[in-house]
Amino acid sequence: MSGRRLFAGPARRAAVAPLLWMLLFFLLPFGFVLKISLSHTVIAQPPYLPVFDLTAGVAAIKAAFAALSLENFRLLISDDLYVLSYLRSVTVALIATAILIAIGYPIAYGMSRLPRRWQPIAMMLVIVPFWTSFLIRIYAWINILQHDGLLNKVLLALHVVSAPVVWLSTDTAMYLGIVYSYLPFMILPLYATLAKMDSSLLEAAADLGSSRLQAFWLVTFPLSLPGIAAGALLCFIPIVGEFVIPDLLAGSDSPMIGQTLWLEFFTNRDWPVASAIATVLLVLLVAPLLVYDRLQRRQLEARR
Amino acid sequence: MKLSRFNLVTLILGLVFLYLPIVILVIYSFNASRLVTVWGGWSLRWYSEFFRDDAMLAAAAMSLRVAAVSATAATLLGTLAAVALTRGENFRGRTLFSGMLYAPLVMPEVITGLSLLLLFVAVNAERGFWTVTIAHTTLTMCFVAVVVQSRLGSMDRSLEEAAMDLGCNPLRAFIAVTLPLILPAVAAGWMLAFTLSLDDLVIASFTTGPGSTTLPIRIYSEVRLGVKPEINAICTLIIGLITLVIIAASLASKLSSRQGESAAPL
Repeated sequence: MSGRRLFAGPARRAAVAPLLWMLLFFLLPFGFVLKISLSHTVIAQPPYLPVFDLTAGVAAIKAAFAALSLENFRLLISDDLYVLSYLRSVTVALIATAILIAIGYPIAYGMSRLPRRWQPIAMMLVIVPFWTSFLIRIYAWINILQHDGLLNKVLLALHVVSAPVVWLSTDTAMYLGIVYSYLPFMILPLYATLAKMDSSLLEAAADLGSSRLQAFWLVTFPLSLPGIAAGALLCFIPIVGEFVIPDLLAGSDSPMIGQTLWLEFFTNRDWPVASAIATVLLVLLVAPLLVYDRLQRRQLEARR
Repeated sequence: MKLSRFNLVTLILGLVFLYLPIVILVIYSFNASRLVTVWGGWSLRWYSEFFRDDAMLAAAAMSLRVAAVSATAATLLGTLAAVALTRGENFRGRTLFSGMLYAPLVMPEVITGLSLLLLFVAVNAERGFWTVTIAHTTLTMCFVAVVVQSRLGSMDRSLEEAAMDLGCNPLRAFIAVTLPLILPAVAAGWMLAFTLSLDDLVIASFTTGPGSTTLPIRIYSEVRLGVKPEINAICTLIIGLITLVIIAASLASKLSSRQGESAAPL
């Protein structure tokens, strides 16, 4: 295969531009987050005191290292607000991911059992909401959930409730919004795994005397675990840092960490503390990110 | 394997859950009543309201410009990245490279937005159109790379090899053989990048400057104050635009699937 090797050299050179772009605009910025998380807060524009000044030579760099402060990180540990925000974010993400698996699995399973020619249509129908705006979909729920919204009207008309129920600014509304927004992310990897499954395995299980339910639990479910893992990570990681959904649908008493970061940055203009929050969040997410990265790479490169 | 009634019911319920809120929103955008919850007959009143709202129109124009430029840049960079990953065999830095490409797909937007803003402030860049465009390019090129990569991965490589055996140099083989075959996926990638950019609130909020507000930022500040019929109309227009894009994309991927396994957007 001489052609293959000939192609590889120029193909590698194609990596130069995107690689430089990502180094400059994805990796390097984390350095600034780290740097500013170690700076002092001042009231100025920009609102932090730069600790590094490379133009001033080696002595200045040494002085800068001596001046690096962990005060922002100490604040994160000492103030309950931040610890509670992190805990709340992780709890919400775990619960939401569990609900997503419970709802997404039957849907993905149903899709994979459709006749072959319907499957692309079903997949398209699941993907389309993913393309329409995130913000609009949350806004659509506000329409439905507000005090005199459609949901309360229907419930009142059916005499399920006697007075309008408060839906907005509750955890119920927030979970509904999260599940609604992330459902396609859960269904697609699950469907991809379930559709690839060899149906002769189920026939074999049936031949060996297992009922359909047994065959599902002993064959289908274990084989679909990689899909569940991929879907769970694809949802869990961004939900931990979610801002828009809890901001618009949940109550304001216990913010998620994305909201706390937003507040520190935009309202309090405390960039160093916001950076420290982002640094800790990133550290929390490193393990799930690495697992996700491996799964993603294995899936895409299996087809090479 | 047969489709049981239980499967069919869950599937239909799932799709209803996904679409009902959007359908309701679209219907209420044609409501004549000022009260968003009372039906007052059909009307286009809120659409004409939107077309008279200069601030909202300016934000929409800004968003469309950012989306067009960033989607184009992202498609170029993302396609190059996909070619390098699927055809470059093993090269040094490959693990880091693919890691950097997949991470932004799930990275919480508050982190990406904050880190890019701090970079722009550190180099004293004037915040506005270009900073938002660069930020959106960084995010969306990863989605383009995934879409194009899945097409390249399922493509028959013997065609490229044949072209080179017949005397094409690699660049020519790529332009004459590979590119036409992956073009539908590249087009789908561009459209996905365009809609993602049009949709983004968090990253744009961090990286924009005073005077250059994007549509989602404007919508968000209105939504915080409550439901307004005009917002329903704007949202319906966006949904309409995106629907057109999706139809184009699905035509593109139909073209692509005629040549082999279809490349799903994502």
